[in-house]
Amino acid sequence: MRLLRNRSDLPLARDPSARFLSWITAVMVYLATLAFAGQMMVSDMAERWDSGLAGGVTVQVVPLVGPGASPVAERVETALAILRGTPGVVSATTLPAAETARLIEPWLGADAAADPHLPVPTVIDVVVEPGTDVAALGRRLDAAVPGSSLDDHAAWLADLRAFAGAVELAALAIVALVGGAGVMAVVFAVRTGLAIHRHVVELLHLMGATDRYVARQFESHVLGLCLGGGLAGLGLAAATLAGIHRASAGLRASLLPDFALTAAQWGLLAVVPLIACALAVATARLTVMRTLETMP
Amino acid sequence: MIRFENVGLRYGTGPEVLRDISFSLPPGSFHFLTGASGAGKSSLLKLMYLAHRPTRGLITLFDRDMASVPRTELPAMRRRIGVVFQDFQLLDHLSALDNVALPLRMAGAPEAEVVEQCAELLRWVGLGNHLDARPPTLSGGQQQRVAIARSVINRPRLLLADEPTGNVDDSIGMRLLYLFEELHKLGATVVIATHNEALIRRFDHPRLHLEHGQLHALPPHSARVAVSTGPR
Repeated sequence: MRLLRNRSDLPLARDPSARFLSWITAVMVYLATLAFAGQMMVSDMAERWDSGLAGGVTVQVVPLVGPGASPVAERVETALAILRGTPGVVSATTLPAAETARLIEPWLGADAAADPHLPVPTVIDVVVEPGTDVAALGRRLDAAVPGSSLDDHAAWLADLRAFAGAVELAALAIVALVGGAGVMAVVFAVRTGLAIHRHVVELLHLMGATDRYVARQFESHVLGLCLGGGLAGLGLAAATLAGIHRASAGLRASLLPDFALTAAQWGLLAVVPLIACALAVATARLTVMRTLETMP
Repeated sequence: MIRFENVGLRYGTGPEVLRDISFSLPPGSFHFLTGASGAGKSSLLKLMYLAHRPTRGLITLFDRDMASVPRTELPAMRRRIGVVFQDFQLLDHLSALDNVALPLRMAGAPEAEVVEQCAELLRWVGLGNHLDARPPTLSGGQQQRVAIARSVINRPRLLLADEPTGNVDDSIGMRLLYLFEELHKLGATVVIATHNEALIRRFDHPRLHLEHGQLHALPPHSARVAVSTGPR
């Protein structure tokens, strides 16, 4: 509260750096908030996919052509029998044809599943306990069920985790860069203020002002500017995220992840301008204290 | 209170503006500091109010050897010194009352007390109707009275003034000197740099005279007169 008092011995509010710092903070907070929100969305998406796919195995049985090829239904029954008889397999259920059709519809069209020339496989959704030897299970199916294949999604999950990690790193790098640029802007503004008001600072110093007394005046000034700019940046970022969410709601759900944030995530985003303010105040204090140390 | 021993001061690589300055001012003393323009009066005052460190010699202030006082203790020492600057050094963006209030606020005095004391002192120096006036709207004499009020508001133990009556008429100048006398009677040590011979004669105090960067202690005016007019 002491930092937010109005009276100041230094006429800092008239400095040209005042408006500049507000705008800079608004842009910084806007970018940091968007980067942070993007990181949270990708992290959520990866977590959903990860939890949905972990422990899940998919077995596909494709139609075979040629003399001696047994019907798909017969081979699916064999596969189900093998799967249900294997220790560690929790469940094995055939995906209904309608569900298979719904899955391929966005890629091949609404009538694709009904096309007799398209070898649409029968999909068996299998849930296994952790530690189950999926590779051995695959070899048994290969030997007993021609035209079958087993996918434990390991490659897909590894790619997904790598992608989510890369996005998180990129978001962190953006936040770090934005924070660094913000710190430099505050250092510049404070040094400019110190240079412009050097005679006042020297006078206060000679009258017995401590370095902290002078620094508090700069901290108060910087806090006011950054709070205003930070809230503006947060407001703009919230509007941008709301706009993206609204635009993405019209897209087919299976193509893009959900761009919605939870209340807790909005709460975390609201902390961004406060962190920016804390960083700016700490920077202002350090800059002033280090400069004043050179005075006798 | 103040002791200088073989103190010298030079700015940068220039010549010494003060050479081998040695003197001692006891607590509660009152001295005029005189000398021609450029003799080094302001530089000597700057050493006293800790704006500069000497290039050589030893300064003892408030019984502390200034060479060994850590930087963190200097603000508290400076708050015990009141300074009237030659060019007033008022802050143009603050009101007269806020200018006078600076030393009290720096010392962390309660705000109600600050306003009351500052208003009272400004009324005493004849500026009761200008509490909210900004310095640029005040005359030179009024600004000087604000500067003097600021220097004495926290009852300093050492009061230093650089030509405090330079911009005021004789009656105001006399009144300000009486204010310094009052503070002196309350125990403050006072050093006033001035050219005003009338004031020096009127207020009979010893003199520190600077000439060519060196200091000479002279007795009060009345003693000099007695010596020069005494029996032969």
